[in-house]
Amino acid sequence: MDLTVGPNFFFWDAATVRGFYQSVAAVPVARVVLGEVVCSKRLPFWQDEIPLAVESLLAAGKAVAISSLALITLKRERKQTAELLQLGLPVEINDLSALHNVPQGTPFWVGPLVNVYNEGTLRWLAQRGAVRVCLPPELPLASVAVLAGIGRELGVAVEVWGHGCVPLAISGRCYHARLHDRSKDSCQFVCAEDPDGRDVQTIDQQKFLTVNGVQTLSQSTASMARQIEPLRAAGVDALRLSPQIGNFAALCEGYAARLSGKVSADALALQLANHGRPLSDGFLNGAAGVTWSGSLVFRQTLSGFEQEKRLL
Amino acid sequence: MMELVCPAGTPAALRAAVDAGAHTVYCGFADETNARNFPGLNFSRDELAAGVAYATARDAKVLVAINTFPRAGAAQLWHRAIADAKTAGAYAVILADVGLLAYAAETHPDLRLHLSVQAAAANPDAINFYATVFGVKRVVLPRVLTIDEIAQINHEIDVETEVFVFGGLCVMAEGRCSLSSYITGQSPNMNGVCSPASHVDYAEEGRDLVSRLGGFTIHRTPKTAPAPYPTLCKGCFSSGDQTGHIFEDPVSLDASHLIPALARAGVTALKIEGRQRSRAYVAQVVRTFRAAVEAQAMGLPMPDSALARLTEGQAATAGAYAKTWR
Repeated sequence: MDLTVGPNFFFWDAATVRGFYQSVAAVPVARVVLGEVVCSKRLPFWQDEIPLAVESLLAAGKAVAISSLALITLKRERKQTAELLQLGLPVEINDLSALHNVPQGTPFWVGPLVNVYNEGTLRWLAQRGAVRVCLPPELPLASVAVLAGIGRELGVAVEVWGHGCVPLAISGRCYHARLHDRSKDSCQFVCAEDPDGRDVQTIDQQKFLTVNGVQTLSQSTASMARQIEPLRAAGVDALRLSPQIGNFAALCEGYAARLSGKVSADALALQLANHGRPLSDGFLNGAAGVTWSGSLVFRQTLSGFEQEKRLL
Repeated sequence: MMELVCPAGTPAALRAAVDAGAHTVYCGFADETNARNFPGLNFSRDELAAGVAYATARDAKVLVAINTFPRAGAAQLWHRAIADAKTAGAYAVILADVGLLAYAAETHPDLRLHLSVQAAAANPDAINFYATVFGVKRVVLPRVLTIDEIAQINHEIDVETEVFVFGGLCVMAEGRCSLSSYITGQSPNMNGVCSPASHVDYAEEGRDLVSRLGGFTIHRTPKTAPAPYPTLCKGCFSSGDQTGHIFEDPVSLDASHLIPALARAGVTALKIEGRQRSRAYVAQVVRTFRAAVEAQAMGLPMPDSALARLTEGQAATAGAYAKTWR
């Protein structure tokens, strides 16, 4: 099992993007997917960084793919999607309409926002040219095991959501703009003010969701820190780590150390908990996505959704 | 005349919809193969066959929604649903999953396929993909598009489009939302449910009535006021110093006044949401919309909407059809 750095979902300025990929080039991950997934309006602000990042990542020996948008509705967005293929890199599709631009037999990757829930869909994508699939984060372990098994048979590498706020929904409406009483078309790029997204609490102050433009994510950081062994047993090929502000390089090092057995599950979980967000891994085998299997337990109280740092 | 596609959660609702003037009725089997997998709802195989006979005798068609995403290792349940819908005489099946579409196209090449809104095909490239590869004949458009965008799409595709005009309103792109399973473990894609009643809890706290979903507070209203059902994306939340309906107010969709514009945009069929609704509700909504599409066909103005009281005190919205919504 190895590590993939997924595309950054948030709106970062060009300098932040540059610094981020310089640091990623130096960490022990096998591959990197980059590109704009959430909002086509953001791309002009940072697209010039893409070739620079690709060059340094390839030079560092990483495999690199370029990501499509998740929700493609405008003509301009269809054109942008078509142009991705001209970069000469594998495309990671996050919407099936991106396949329109991928000739039959050209290898492509499939991102976690495409609905790959079962072997029928995986088989169809494989015959169409898919060579790597990151499964939707809401899949339970039993489904992951079936799909990883089929992936082995078909020669398709199967990834799961390894670390990061979980992408839960995408909309035609921009919630960042709505929070500023603006419409999507006159958003004035307010999402740039929140480089890790904007926290949403319940009115009882339970930590709940994260708004990122038209995207809604979990506020918890989903982490497979405690699930490496079952995922290995299921035949999963890679964990996807989702970019965030803060010491992302150290986080990648932490997962690499966990995969190589140098740190324990709980030691990694403690490192991650110190980033301040609650942890979750419940989609895999918990009662709900938000739950956490470990000793860092969540306790819901009327005053809030508190995390108790209690060791085993 | 534009085709009116109406919901039926029960055989009685199917008959009520047909009697009220539905051109087409859609329903599902009583299991996880459809996106309204609610207790006490949906059809057995025999009920479907009887429903098709009832509709056919009155020149109406029946569509069967098999629009969840099959569980890995358990696709037979979905495959059987397709075969049984065909046997019962369904006019078409409504599918969302690529693997299931591939299966249906190969195994039942003469069965008419509609693309469910759960596939969220939001542009001509996506629609042409489903039409070309699987032979899909009609696409139910996701509720993220403006009327202008729908018109543009219809210029670039050869298949029919169907759009929602009334009832519950998904704020997120359909079939691409895991908000419900994040806090309840049950999702539209996997289980055919959103914000399930089994995970709802109401509590009186001081002067408030609090509704929670999976332990998370969705609404806190004065005990004397009507408490909306805690649908996750329509809850009242806080962010920074703001508190409110951050995603959407507790509204439902009413695009009845947009029927002429939707006709001009090239839309074939108008869909009413609400398989979980009573037959009385279905009959009244269908009757009202039948009058509206007849008026549209004759170039008459839209009748005043008699639908306001059917939204159960909730406000109505035209949703994404109006660009300002976004």
